[in-house]
Amino acid sequence: MHMADALISPTVGGIMWAATAGLIAHCSRKISTNLEGSRVPLMGVLGAFIFAAQMINFTIPATGSSGHLGGGAILAILLGPHAAFLTIASVLTIQSLFFADGGILALGCNIFNLGFWPCFVAYPFIYKAITGHSPSRGRIVTGAMLASIAGLQLGAFSVVLETVASGISELPFETFVMIMQPIHLAIGLVEGLVTAAVVTFVWKARPEILAMAQGLGVRTAPSFRGVVTGLALAALVTGGALSWFASAHPDGLEWSMAKVSGKEELEAPADGIHAMLAGIQEKTALLPDYAFKAAEHESAQAEGEAPAAWPAVDAGTSTSGILGGAMTMLLAGALGLFLKKRQHRA
Amino acid sequence: MPKIDTSLFEIGTLDRLAAGDTDIHALDPRAKLVTTLAFILTVVSFGRYEVASLVPLLAFPLVLAILGRVPGPYLLRKLLIASPFAVMVGMFNPFLDQTVLLNVSGLNVTGGWVSFAAILLRFALSVTAALVLIATTGFAQVCMALTRLGTPRIFATQLLFLYRYIFVLTEEGLRMSRARDLRSFGRRGTGLRIYGFMLGQLLLRTMDRAGRIHRAMLCRGFDGEVRLNRRLRWRREDVLFVCGWLGFFALARVFNLPQELGQMLLKVIA
Repeated sequence: MHMADALISPTVGGIMWAATAGLIAHCSRKISTNLEGSRVPLMGVLGAFIFAAQMINFTIPATGSSGHLGGGAILAILLGPHAAFLTIASVLTIQSLFFADGGILALGCNIFNLGFWPCFVAYPFIYKAITGHSPSRGRIVTGAMLASIAGLQLGAFSVVLETVASGISELPFETFVMIMQPIHLAIGLVEGLVTAAVVTFVWKARPEILAMAQGLGVRTAPSFRGVVTGLALAALVTGGALSWFASAHPDGLEWSMAKVSGKEELEAPADGIHAMLAGIQEKTALLPDYAFKAAEHESAQAEGEAPAAWPAVDAGTSTSGILGGAMTMLLAGALGLFLKKRQHRA
Repeated sequence: MPKIDTSLFEIGTLDRLAAGDTDIHALDPRAKLVTTLAFILTVVSFGRYEVASLVPLLAFPLVLAILGRVPGPYLLRKLLIASPFAVMVGMFNPFLDQTVLLNVSGLNVTGGWVSFAAILLRFALSVTAALVLIATTGFAQVCMALTRLGTPRIFATQLLFLYRYIFVLTEEGLRMSRARDLRSFGRRGTGLRIYGFMLGQLLLRTMDRAGRIHRAMLCRGFDGEVRLNRRLRWRREDVLFVCGWLGFFALARVFNLPQELGQMLLKVIA
């Protein structure tokens, strides 16, 4: 569920970057004040452990397909929320830079979706609430299962909100939710089983590790103020995303109206930079140009003139666009050849 | 198993490429990082139906890849491996958006296909730019640039640690997986119970290793900061690089370059 740059708008990406950067700064401060340096190598090595764990698969009972560990919940349980959030953030950064798994602009979204929910919501309010100070096998299993499922459900829902708010994909909100939530329920179940298996193993073999993590968890547990700040931030972000969604909704309506009437108006993204850049762009760009023409047609229709068939395809503009596109490709190819040649000579 | 070995090998390839010494490699990592971020922002700021106007932006990854000697087939392969999510979400567009936007010699092109093409193009542009950044800069340098640009030091240190230990631990994970496969004949022992034990063991070993590493580092004077043996120098080339590309991005964003070119050509022909 790593989001790609191609599917998000600059506003959504920017807001989520800001939220994530704030969280990273907050966690870094928390760790450098509360903990001695010994946690940093542990965090790095456990992040690498998540990669290593993904090299080992297991057979999912009764299906024959295979699954592996995702990591959010287990890191939160072993490291406590702040260190775990930083570790997840670094794992995702490396995945995006080296494996192209999730985009750079989308990194803010991805870290938030996969880090914030398991570390600051599922871990303190579900896992810790269930296991408490006297963990038992049953409690650890229940807590790990529920925390994993809840974390992934919230993450998947955030993916849907961010995608819909960006308005690049045409998938309507309801359909996307109906696809994402059940899939991630299944993934969450598997993740929960794995997390529970590993945590119970560690609890039986070396209980002091969990006790240490729990102890550290208590010492570095999000203070009430921290939790409130985090939740307020989440509410702000969610509220912002929802309000875009609300303003994006008329687009969905327009889209269905377009199906009925065969008319469509270009939707304008609500954000400032985009609107400004688009404003400059509209005068010159190929397709918004069409949309403007369509709007003119609409007003013409309103004045009672003969309805012009939308889309009013201007053959001249299409031709020049395609010709120009082809020429640009050729130019790019020529540039490439030229640079290659020069390099060989050098 | 071959799949995993390949993916590890591929990280190694990026490292090997980053060790090159072309003009692009010599640029300040901050310049490359900032320009790449600006590039990605420019790419995603285009409207959802704009395909033609995105094409000139191909110049950025293309020029950097060629001058930085990043092999094209390698980039293409990485692009293909990473594509499923964008393709899967994007391929609904042609079915959901059926308004005709273009008419190319009698063939109607719907908005859905146009926006799908735009998604694929954005995807290709943003992913190749990120890969080229790493392939011409190297991870340690990127982390250094990040710290200089205000990322918390502890986070940058964490990234460096993580990157170093991926190789060690992944190999350990692979060895364990291979050993289990050789004993289980693809049937017994591949279930959740054994898997839990294996991961738990790997985890305990990992934590012990972290303890040893930390003690060893303390013995050598580690004070919470990883020092890199290269000074950052901001030279005239870096200013030119950043300003030149930012200017080009602005130009490509404001004017529809292919469209202008096409109109000019039509005028010449007419």
